[in-house]
Amino acid sequence: MTSFESRLPAVASHGVDHGMDHGATDAAQSAPPPPAWTNIHAPDALRATTSDAERLAPVGRWRATRAYLRNPTAVIGLLILAVVLAAAALAPTLFPEDPLAMVDRPLQWPGQNPDYPLGTDALGRDVLAGLVHGARVSLLIGAAATLVSVVAGVLVGATSGYFGGRIDDALVKLVEVFQTIPGFILLIVTVAIAQPTIPAITLAIALVSWPAVARLVRAEFRALREKDMVMAARGLGYGHTRIILREILPNALPPVIVMASVTVATAILMESALSFMGLGDPNTISWGSMIGAGREMLRTAWYLSAIPGLAIVVTVLALNLIGDGLNDALNPRLSEGR
Amino acid sequence: MALLSVENLRAHYRDGGATLRAVDDVSFQIAAGETVGLVGESGCGKSTLGKTLLRLVNPTSGRILFDGQEVGGLSERALRQYRRSVQMVFQDPFASLNPRHTVAEILGGPLAVHGVGDRKSRIGQTQDALDRVGLPRDALKRYPHEFSGGQRQRLGIARALILQPRLVICDEPVSALDLSIQAQILNLLSRMKADLGLSYLFISHDLSVVRYFADRVLVMYLGRIVESGSWRSLWSRPLHPYTRALIDAVPNPTRRRHAAPLSGDLPSPRQIPSGCRFHPRCPLATARCQVEEPISRAVGDGQTVACHHADLSPIH
Repeated sequence: MTSFESRLPAVASHGVDHGMDHGATDAAQSAPPPPAWTNIHAPDALRATTSDAERLAPVGRWRATRAYLRNPTAVIGLLILAVVLAAAALAPTLFPEDPLAMVDRPLQWPGQNPDYPLGTDALGRDVLAGLVHGARVSLLIGAAATLVSVVAGVLVGATSGYFGGRIDDALVKLVEVFQTIPGFILLIVTVAIAQPTIPAITLAIALVSWPAVARLVRAEFRALREKDMVMAARGLGYGHTRIILREILPNALPPVIVMASVTVATAILMESALSFMGLGDPNTISWGSMIGAGREMLRTAWYLSAIPGLAIVVTVLALNLIGDGLNDALNPRLSEGR
Repeated sequence: MALLSVENLRAHYRDGGATLRAVDDVSFQIAAGETVGLVGESGCGKSTLGKTLLRLVNPTSGRILFDGQEVGGLSERALRQYRRSVQMVFQDPFASLNPRHTVAEILGGPLAVHGVGDRKSRIGQTQDALDRVGLPRDALKRYPHEFSGGQRQRLGIARALILQPRLVICDEPVSALDLSIQAQILNLLSRMKADLGLSYLFISHDLSVVRYFADRVLVMYLGRIVESGSWRSLWSRPLHPYTRALIDAVPNPTRRRHAAPLSGDLPSPRQIPSGCRFHPRCPLATARCQVEEPISRAVGDGQTVACHHADLSPIH
């Protein structure tokens, strides 16, 4: 009996101790707080406590960079993109003439004429020069449209997720209006109404892309605004702008960076599709317009469509590999194992 | 005059159709230089009470008076001033420090936001703050993940103290730490109190920690304070059966047990039991307890208790 009694207090205190592990949530939030990066489904995320993850993470500022460079497919993606970027940057030096100028006999196959290694098209234009100059337009539109859509998406998503309430309701409705219209139709209509210039195409692609970014950022902000570090910032008297920009945004960025790399790829595809349909800027050459121009000779001179098509495939693949690599590298739980 | 005076404070959440009464009619005072302990099980509303005092959670009704001034109706600007005087140390030092900021930014941020001094004097102040909590000065360039749990809690304390507050709300500041580190942090907190003349509201589920630390103890159950008094009187003469159960739950080989451990779990704060909210788990419960809610009454020596049968309690 004595031994039984002496055991009881320990049992009882154990019960109280167990409760303490969840003390942070307390009565205020009945559901456990969602993980900080809601889009990342790490296999160990459910089991790992905050302290576990922090303790395991390699120390140092360059952890993410090292983790990225240890991922071979991500490095390949980066190398491919570097080649495309270099070609785009060096285009005026490599091919100083106008890529739309007729230079030789039309429809020479690749390898036929050493002066034009990728051949000439139906109008006698150099395919390689077109490919290299086309990279400029494709990458420029991809990058600029992504920049605009990320800035717009972050602004709307952050405001919506941080403040909640009626502001949130209104902004979510706005996002939903854009998302219920099929993206590509909206793109075609916008470009058809505006002039098909590069700035107009860029803005039109951004108009189609920003709602996805806004939704992602909103979800991140909603999860992060209840965190202790945000409570601490509010308790210290920080203003809303400072909390949004300096406290929450840096922690919400990793998934946005990953999404941006994929958005660049999507924007390149959208621009190609527009150009293929003849809605691109007629005064510049792009990969999409090259495919469109080769469309009529698909059976006799398929290389005219296949070569720029391959360029798009390789570039988009590279961007997706980079996105995957960033996703892994920016997630401390996955990257520390490598 | 009391430094902080809380009157009939309520903080309710709308949770779907139900109302979650996290803090339900709480009144207490904290005098300048006093350390008040707040104990209770997880989920009883301790943390919500702490956050409500800082207006991180808006009170549903009731008054919070700091230095005689009403805090509930403060504008954004006045609230900022109030938050210089009242600060919080959080439970989890891994979650309460922004992982993307260096220590210099974590400690310098509050000074910059409140416009204290110029850039150079702020750096000096952050160094002083590190000295005070026993961290090396080269910590300024580091990120939170480069520190151990105990060191991070020291950072959390340094951040809470850098604006020279008068009242610090410690929300379970040691329960996320190893036992050996807990003592260090408690010692640091009590030294800070002595050096800076602080008042503390010390929230904890661990009675042995509160006993070490607090002048006066409030016992909270399901959003309400069921007993309060100096730790000495509570420890030697707990009147509420819940307080007694909490004390008995602390392992102590020299003391004989007086009551059976509490059975069952804390009821949901969405459906608070009728009458005395403790009656489903209370060993002394009678029919009266199921209908009539006991009012808090003074029982001498600054002790108050909210129990119909407090007189029946066996005296230790």
